[in-house]
Amino acid sequence: MLTYILRRTLMMIPVVLVISVIVFWIIQLPPGDYVSSHVMELQKEGEQLSAAEQDALRERYGLDQPWYAQYLAWIWGILTRGDLGYSFAYSQPVLAVVERYMATTLIVAVASMVFTYVVAIPIGVYSAVKQYSVGDYVFTTVGFLGMATPNFLLAIILMYLSYIWFGNPMLGLQSPEYAAQGWSPARVLDMLRHLVIPVVVIGTASTCELIRVMRGQMLDEMTKQHVLTARAKGVKESTNLRKYSLRAALNPIVSTIGWSLTAIFTGSTITAIVLNLPTQGPVMLDALMAQDMYLAGAWLGFMAILTVIGTLISDILLAWLDPRIRDERRARA
Amino acid sequence: MTTTPEDTTPPAHLVLTVEDLAVHVPTEHGLLRAVDGVSFEVRAGRTLGIVGESGSGKSLTAKSLLRLHPAAFRESGRVLLHGADGSGADGTDALDIMELRRDGPMIRAVRGRRIALIFQEPMTAFSPLHTIGDQIMEAILLHRTADRAEARDICLEWMLRVGIGDAQRRIDQYPHEFSGGMRQRAMIAMALSCEPEVLIADEPTTALDVTIQAQVLELMQELQAETGMAIVFITHDLAVVAGTCDEVAVMYLGRIVEQAPVRELFANPQHPYTRGLLRSIPRFGMGRDERLQAIEGTVPQAIDLPAMCSFRDRCGARIEGVCETAEPRLLELTDRHQVRCFLHDPDAPVPDQPVGSTESTASDPAHAPVVPEESPA
Amino acid sequence: MSVISPALGRLRGRRASSLEAAAARRENYYAAGQWRLMWAKLSSHRLAQISMVLLAVLYACAVLAGFLAPYSLGSYDSDYVDAPPTMIRLFHEDRFVGPFVYGLSFERDPETLRPLFVADHEQIHRLEFFTQGSEWSFFGLFNSTLHLFGAEGGGRVFLFGTDSLGRDLFSRILMGSQVSLTIPLVGVAISFVLGILIGSIAGYFGGTVDFLIQRLIEILRSFPTLPLWMALAAAIPSRVPVITMFLYITVIMAFIEWTSLARVVRSKFISLKREDYVMAARVAGVRPLRIIGTHLVPGFLSYLVVAVTLAVPGMIIGETSLSFLGLGMQAPATSWGVLLQEAQDITNVAIYPWKLIPLGFVIITVLAFNFLGDGLRDAADPHK
Repeated sequence: MLTYILRRTLMMIPVVLVISVIVFWIIQLPPGDYVSSHVMELQKEGEQLSAAEQDALRERYGLDQPWYAQYLAWIWGILTRGDLGYSFAYSQPVLAVVERYMATTLIVAVASMVFTYVVAIPIGVYSAVKQYSVGDYVFTTVGFLGMATPNFLLAIILMYLSYIWFGNPMLGLQSPEYAAQGWSPARVLDMLRHLVIPVVVIGTASTCELIRVMRGQMLDEMTKQHVLTARAKGVKESTNLRKYSLRAALNPIVSTIGWSLTAIFTGSTITAIVLNLPTQGPVMLDALMAQDMYLAGAWLGFMAILTVIGTLISDILLAWLDPRIRDERRARA
Repeated sequence: MTTTPEDTTPPAHLVLTVEDLAVHVPTEHGLLRAVDGVSFEVRAGRTLGIVGESGSGKSLTAKSLLRLHPAAFRESGRVLLHGADGSGADGTDALDIMELRRDGPMIRAVRGRRIALIFQEPMTAFSPLHTIGDQIMEAILLHRTADRAEARDICLEWMLRVGIGDAQRRIDQYPHEFSGGMRQRAMIAMALSCEPEVLIADEPTTALDVTIQAQVLELMQELQAETGMAIVFITHDLAVVAGTCDEVAVMYLGRIVEQAPVRELFANPQHPYTRGLLRSIPRFGMGRDERLQAIEGTVPQAIDLPAMCSFRDRCGARIEGVCETAEPRLLELTDRHQVRCFLHDPDAPVPDQPVGSTESTASDPAHAPVVPEESPA
Repeated sequence: MSVISPALGRLRGRRASSLEAAAARRENYYAAGQWRLMWAKLSSHRLAQISMVLLAVLYACAVLAGFLAPYSLGSYDSDYVDAPPTMIRLFHEDRFVGPFVYGLSFERDPETLRPLFVADHEQIHRLEFFTQGSEWSFFGLFNSTLHLFGAEGGGRVFLFGTDSLGRDLFSRILMGSQVSLTIPLVGVAISFVLGILIGSIAGYFGGTVDFLIQRLIEILRSFPTLPLWMALAAAIPSRVPVITMFLYITVIMAFIEWTSLARVVRSKFISLKREDYVMAARVAGVRPLRIIGTHLVPGFLSYLVVAVTLAVPGMIIGETSLSFLGLGMQAPATSWGVLLQEAQDITNVAIYPWKLIPLGFVIITVLAFNFLGDGLRDAADPHK
C-alpha cells in the first residue's frame, strides 16, 4: 500500500508540471498584458502613462520577455522560493492574497460538502428503499430541478426570497457592522446565518447528483445475490440494508470524497461572485479581467492540482475500502 | 441418497410438504404464472430433485419456500414445515410458511435455521467486502450462540467439515481469495452451520467445472448421511439428478409435469417432455453415430397462456383435437408416479383423429383410473 | 401426494394462434435494427417524449424568432423602461372586444417616487395578427417586416415586460434563444468530431499513442471546467464580430467536452476491436480509417448519441454562466445569459421580478435535454 501511494505520488509530478505549463499558456493568452489593461484603467480616470513609463513597468515585471521565459522564471520562483509571483492589482505577493482568501474559501467549501453528504445520503437511501413511493418521486423531481438550475441562478432566486422575506439578501459572509470587530459569539452567529445561502446554493447541484447516484447504487446493491443469501440466512432487513447494501453503496461515494471536495471548491466560483463572498471566486474573476496573470494562474493551477490530489486521495480510499482492489494494487506494486 | 429408498425401508418422516404452491408475477405485459399448482413433499434424509429448463419456475419455487420473493409477487398455497420428529404430518401442527409475515421474526427464525439455501453462483453469493468467516458466522450468531468466540469455533469446525483446509487462515480471507469450488464449500458450510432440517440447493454446481462439481455433490451426500437433513435439489442437469436424488419432479412452465422415484423416472418416463429431456443427455453405450436429440423450440412465457397443454407446441406426441382443448390433469400412474399428459388420461376428450403421434402411448390402463381431488381453491 | 385437477379450461378458438402470434412478435423484436429498437423504447418513455416535443417547439421558436417577436433586436423605447408584463384582455367593461391591451400611462409612486405603469382604461389597442412592424432578417436570406402579432394604434405589447432600456423581454428571449440554443449544439458537434477522431485513434492504435492521448485527456480533465472556461473566455478579445464571438465560445466549450466523448469512444473501441468481424476486415486488408468509419463507429453510435445529449445541458449552463458574468456573448448580441445580467443586482430583481423569466427558459431547456438524454440512455441500454 505504501509503495502504491509513493508510486502514485511520483507519477503526479510530470502531470503537475504539464498543468502548470497549460495554466501559464492560458493566462497569457489575452491580448495585451497587465500594463495595457492598467493603462486603460488609468485613462478612464483621466491619467496618462507615457510609452517609456509603460516599458519600464513591463521590464520591471518581466512582461517584455516571451511567455516561455516568463513561465520558466515563474516556475523557478515557485520551486526554489515558494514564490508564486506578484499580484499587480493587489501590489502584494500572490501568496499573501491567496492566504487571505483561503480560510473563507475552505470554510464555504467544507460546509457545502458536509451539507451535501448529510442531506443526500439519507435521501438517496430512502428513495431506493421506498422505490416508486410518493417520497421517492418528490425527491427525484426536486433532484432533477436542482441539477438543471445553474448554481448562480439558484443563488439569485434564494437572495430574492431572502430579500423579500427578511428584507436582506444576505450578501457576503458577514454583516458590515461586524467586519471591523473582533470575534464574538454574535459575529460567529451572523457568519453562520450568512453561510446558509452559499452552502445551499453550492451544495444543491452536488446534493441532487449524489441523491441520484446513491439511489442507483442502493438499488443495484439491494438486488445483489449476496443480499439474498444474507436474507436466506435469517438476517433482519435493517441489518441487511446497513451491513451489506449501504456499506457497498457508500464505497464509491466515500472514495470520491477527495474528488468532490475539489469539485465543490471549484464549483463555488461563480456562486461566490454572485453572492459577493470573500472567497477565491471573485478574486479570480477580477484577476482574469485585469490580466493580473500570476494571481489568476495561481488559482487556476491550484484548483487543477487540487483535482489531481483529490483523485489520488480517492484512489487510496477506494483501495482501503475494497479488499479486491487492495489486493490487485498490492499485486501490481 | 446413501440407502436405496425405493421399497425396502419404511418411509422416513415428512419434513416439508408443499401444496398447490403458486407464484404469480405482475409484469408490464400481464400476469406471469411463473409457478402454478406445484405440490411435493420431502422426507428426512431424502433428496427431491426438481428438474426443468431455465424459465420453468424451479428457482422461484425454491425461493418461495423461504418467502424470499418481493412483496409484489403473488404467492398462494401452503408450505408446511413439520416438526423435527415428523409430527404434524397430517398438517395439524406443522408450521405453514406461507402464513408467516414476510421478513417478520417468525420467518427469520426459519431461514437459515430450519431451512437453508445454497445458491447457484458461488461467485456472487458472498459479499465481496466482508470476510468469509464473518459471513458464515453471521448465521451462527443469529441462530445458535451469541458468543463470538464460540461462533468462530463452530465456523472453523464446519469449514474443516466441508473440506476447507487451513481454516484458521482462510476464515479471515475475503471471497475473492477463494476459488469457485472453495467458495461453494464455504457456502455449504454457511448453509449447514445451523444444522437445518431442509437444505434447498439451487443449482449448486452449475457454475463449477466437472471435477469440482463431483466433489461438491459427494460432499453434500456425505453431510446428508451424517445429519439426516432433507435436500431439495434444483437443477437442469438430469445426469446430476440420477446420481443424487431419490425422487424427481420435472417442471415445465411453472407446473410439475411428471414426478416419480428416480429409477422409475429414468426407466419408465411417461411425459413426452421427460422423454425428450432424457434423450438429450449422452449415455454410456450410445452408438457413435447416434445423435443427441434436442427438444425443439423454446420455453414460452407463462403470460396469458391459453387453457391447453403448455408443452403442446413442442410435443412430438400431441394429439390434435385433444391437447389444445384443455389443460391436462396430474394423473397418478402408480401411487408414486404422476404425470400430467392426455396420453394417459382415459377421460381425455376424444380426438378427431390422432395425427402426428409418433410416440407409443405407454399408458397402462391398470394405472389409469384416477379420481380427481377437488382443488383447494 | 395430492392429485390436482385444474378446472378444465373453456374452449377458445383463437388460442392456438395466440401463441404463434406472440412468437412472431418476439421474432420481429429480435430482428429489428438497433435504431428501430431504440426508437420503440424511447416512445414508451413519457418524459423523454414530452421533452422532445418541448425542444422541437423551442428550436422552432428560435428559427422563427424574428416573425414571432413583436419587436426587433435593436428596438427600444425609453418611454417604457422597466415596464411590467402587459396583460392581454378579452373583455372591456364586460363587453367582449376580442384580444386587446390597454395603453400604459406613467405615474410616480407617491412614497418612493419610483416610476409606475398603470393600465389606462381609456385607451384600447386591439391585437393585430400578421401585422407589419420593424424589419427583421431570416438568417441573412431575406428580410421581412411581417410579425405574428402587434397592437394597433401605437399600443405596446410587452408579454414579459421590458428591461432597463425599455426593450421587450419577450422578443429578446426569442432572439437570445437563437444563441443560447445553438451554442451547445455547435459546441457538442465540435467535441463530437474531436472526440471520435482522437478517441478512435487512441483505441485503434493503442500503445504509445494511446498512452499519450490518455495522459492528455487526464490532464485536461483535471482542470475545473468553469474556471477554465472563464480563463479562456477572458482571453477573447473584446469588440469582435458576433459570429467570431460565437465561434470562440463554442470552441471553448468543446475544449474540455471532447475528452469525455473520446474516453467513451476509446473504451468502446478497445472492446469492439476484439470482435471477429473487425478482425476479419483487418485480415482482409481494409485500411484502418475505413475500418474505423464503417465497422467500429456504427457499433457505438447509440452510446455517443446519449453522451452528446447529456453533454448539452452543461454547455447551456456554461454559456449562460459566462454571458451572465460578462465573459461570454456581449451586446449587441444577446443570449439568455446576457438577459440575466440585469438580474445580477438583487434589488433590481426584487422590484422587477419579471427579469427572472429568462431563467425559466434556461431551466426548462436543461431539464428537457436531461430527460431526453435519460430516455435515450435507457433506450440504448441493451440490458433493460
